[in-house]
Amino acid sequence: MKFEDKYEIVIGLEVHAQLQTLSKAFSADSTEFGASPNTCVSVITLGHPGTLPKLNEKVVELAVKLGLATNCQIREVNRFARKNYFYADLPKGYQISQFDTPICYDGYITIKDDAGNAKNIRLERIHLEEDAGKSIHDQDPFDSLIDLNRAGVALVEMVSRPDISSSQEAGLYLTEIRKLVRYLDVCDGNMEEGSLRCDANISVRLKGATELGTKVEVKNMNSIRNVQRAIEFEFQRQCNCLETGETIYQETRNFDAVSGETRSMRSKEMAHDYRYFPEPDLPPLIVSEAYIDKIKSELPELPEALFQKFVKQYGLPEYDAYWITEDKATVAYFLQIIKHTEDYKAAANWMMGKIRSYLNEKGLSIEKFPLGGEKIGELIALVKSGKVSNTVASENIFPALLENPIKSAAVLAEEKNLIQQSDESALSAWVDQVIAKFPEKVAEYKGGKVGLIGMFMGEVMKISGGKADPKVTTRLLKEKLDA
Amino acid sequence: MNYASLDAIRTDLAAGKVSVTSLTEFYLRQIKENKDINAFLEVFAEEALQSARLIDQKIAEGKAGKLAGLVIGIKDNICFKGHKVTASSKILENFESQYSATVVERLLAEDAIIIGRLNCDEFAMGSSNEKSAYGPVLNPLDKTRVPGGSSGGSAAAVAANLCHATLGSDTGGSIRQPAAFCGTVGLKPTYGRVSRWGLIAYASSFDQIGPITRCAEDAAAIYSVIAGFDPNDATSSSKPLKPCKAKIEENKVLKVAYLPDLLQNESIKKEVRDAYQNALNTLKERGHELVEARFDYFDYLVPAYYVLTTAEASSNLSRFDGIRYGRRSPNAVDLDSAYKKSRSEGFGREVKNRIMLGTFVLSAGFYDAYYGKAQKVRRKVTDAMNDLLSGCDLLLIPTTPDTAFRFGENSDDPIKMYLQDIFTVQANITGHPAISFPFGNDEKGLPIGLQAVGKYFEEDLLLGFSAMLKA
Repeated sequence: MKFEDKYEIVIGLEVHAQLQTLSKAFSADSTEFGASPNTCVSVITLGHPGTLPKLNEKVVELAVKLGLATNCQIREVNRFARKNYFYADLPKGYQISQFDTPICYDGYITIKDDAGNAKNIRLERIHLEEDAGKSIHDQDPFDSLIDLNRAGVALVEMVSRPDISSSQEAGLYLTEIRKLVRYLDVCDGNMEEGSLRCDANISVRLKGATELGTKVEVKNMNSIRNVQRAIEFEFQRQCNCLETGETIYQETRNFDAVSGETRSMRSKEMAHDYRYFPEPDLPPLIVSEAYIDKIKSELPELPEALFQKFVKQYGLPEYDAYWITEDKATVAYFLQIIKHTEDYKAAANWMMGKIRSYLNEKGLSIEKFPLGGEKIGELIALVKSGKVSNTVASENIFPALLENPIKSAAVLAEEKNLIQQSDESALSAWVDQVIAKFPEKVAEYKGGKVGLIGMFMGEVMKISGGKADPKVTTRLLKEKLDA
Repeated sequence: MNYASLDAIRTDLAAGKVSVTSLTEFYLRQIKENKDINAFLEVFAEEALQSARLIDQKIAEGKAGKLAGLVIGIKDNICFKGHKVTASSKILENFESQYSATVVERLLAEDAIIIGRLNCDEFAMGSSNEKSAYGPVLNPLDKTRVPGGSSGGSAAAVAANLCHATLGSDTGGSIRQPAAFCGTVGLKPTYGRVSRWGLIAYASSFDQIGPITRCAEDAAAIYSVIAGFDPNDATSSSKPLKPCKAKIEENKVLKVAYLPDLLQNESIKKEVRDAYQNALNTLKERGHELVEARFDYFDYLVPAYYVLTTAEASSNLSRFDGIRYGRRSPNAVDLDSAYKKSRSEGFGREVKNRIMLGTFVLSAGFYDAYYGKAQKVRRKVTDAMNDLLSGCDLLLIPTTPDTAFRFGENSDDPIKMYLQDIFTVQANITGHPAISFPFGNDEKGLPIGLQAVGKYFEEDLLLGFSAMLKA
């Protein structure tokens, strides 16, 4: 019997997101990524005697934005708290955080599986805190090195309820969070660089049991895939323990990406006592109703709402709508195109086809795509008017536009002599030419191999330089061959 | 040169009877001749003289600031860019500040001269100045006795005329108690009135910087310069600063609350009670109204104070870990031993006591019983004080139950030592402004201090009141 038939896994995720602010949470130091070590460090970051924190208001704005986008309640009276522990990369010996008054609480994030089934993952809280510095243990053979540039950078921690029941759901949840934070310009969502980090609380229980099993916290997973691998490993490990009667300890485990295994880091007994207490250096933070309303009014349209609009209002297939709403820049470009055309499906096709392959080939993001949306609109209009075929538009005019983005698609089509030929006498001449050229094929066709029509069509296209109107040509070919 | 007030100095400066340079030279000699008092940890002699010459020039050009002629010392827990600051601790031995406290910048901007840094109890923890890593400060009025603490050096320096005025800091009485023991005036402003940026924190929600001076008028002059909103301190008040005159309007009848219980309380020295009674009689004679009041929380003040301040201190002092600055133990071999040894060797006993107590009261399982409860006491005491003050202009009480005691007298018994703070911690727990001013002497001729506690931001009234009672 497989473990999956007997046991179920219960997962809660804690996601840390570095906020995209120019300066740190409580000082004016820069948050620039990749700056030389220990250059973004004022006396505040260094925890010099007598220094005091000063709240960066942008931090509050971003947290409230994220809270509203995840259906959270926003707290009016917030207190900061100190989380005390000693570590070499923690200059003050405490992190300024929030403890019993998280700024956002009781929200949810909707995830959707491939079949389109939706599930809400509840968010217990989103709270503000400052990051610690970085300890580097592998660059010097004797000493550990400390870089305090990251110390004091603003973070939000998003804590889910234990509503996640598989590694797939964990992946969907994290993908959704990443999409959301990027949409909102709250965080760049980069897991490899550590601007988005995830810890998982994992337990296993008999299917249908109501009580939760012993919880294990797994850390150090720097990609969505690794979070999933860690979950899968833990499921097997914990099921094994249950089967063999071994105790599952409440502990913190470290994920090793090379072996794909988790290893014990510290037990519950060794867990820190953080001695949280209200931060006396900061007055309570008051988030007013008016402030929340203002942020709400400035919130961009969110992926889920856009998805619904694209499907219901624009009639796009769900696949297309999902693809476009993956990120904000793609949506922005799509919206730019449809300012110039009402053929939404054609706009989606251009984006998922030629534009995507161009960007992939050049290694560019959509923001760097050289053509404005109106150019794609022109291409769609040109095809629609019957003046060029889809093939000519994508194979000839699109590359020409990329080389010469100032000219309009129609002008380029004219100049390159690409306007579709639908004049019957001209087409007739080409058709006759082809029929004369392939007498054997004509005989075969007449003998019943009607599929050869495609080949004749291709030949006509060849001599016409792609300009032959396919509809009229097909009709003429049939008329002549069937005669 | 024994100027009773800054006003007198400025009058002589204007008349050309004295120069800032000669004044500074005088104080430098005074400091040298009174080294045994151990008030100064470091004297900025060269720099002070240089500034003095510049300020003399400015005076000649009529461009001098409001505090030109003021030679001031600062407690060794206030940061001054490019100068050492140690909080009288070994752990910061040779530490130099990279920036200046807001109060320092404001003093300098008005042409005060900072002549040196003053001894205090280590990290401002103490009531006798016996807990400095750099030795005790002697009370200049009786060198067998303590000057009080923690701003002992600040009070002694003013009493011995080593400089004209000083800055101290007050977390539970650290300005007012030594001011009382040394016969000087000490003002603890409303919490949030003076920026704490650049003050080495002991207990952040209690600490305030304030002046120790020879008279209330000087305290008013210094207070007016250092007080006011500072964007670098999020807990500083944005309430506009009223001009401070330190003068009660003539014919104004003050409603002064007092606690009749204290007049009978045997644990308060007889002469202190007599002085209290005398002050009340004087007020009555001058036509002011006395209001009998009750305050039922004295028993809770010191315990609540020590739970809350040590909790904050345990966290505030975590940064002194030997990693980025300050003393790192030469015996450290790894991170853990660097912490343990640097802190064990760097901190004195009293500081360690308080860090341990504070760590305990915040730890899981004890938080509610200690920290949580003390916070509730804080709220109740604050409500009670606001109630009390709503029916009067100020509350008059003694500053201390005793006058300056002998060295070692209270050292064996921390509880006895902590009870020194019984009348002063209240204003820090509630954040109210309070002033201590000299009022009479005991049988040995030692000064007695009385204390006026006022409504929030009513410093001017307290200053005027003490000026009036002295006159």
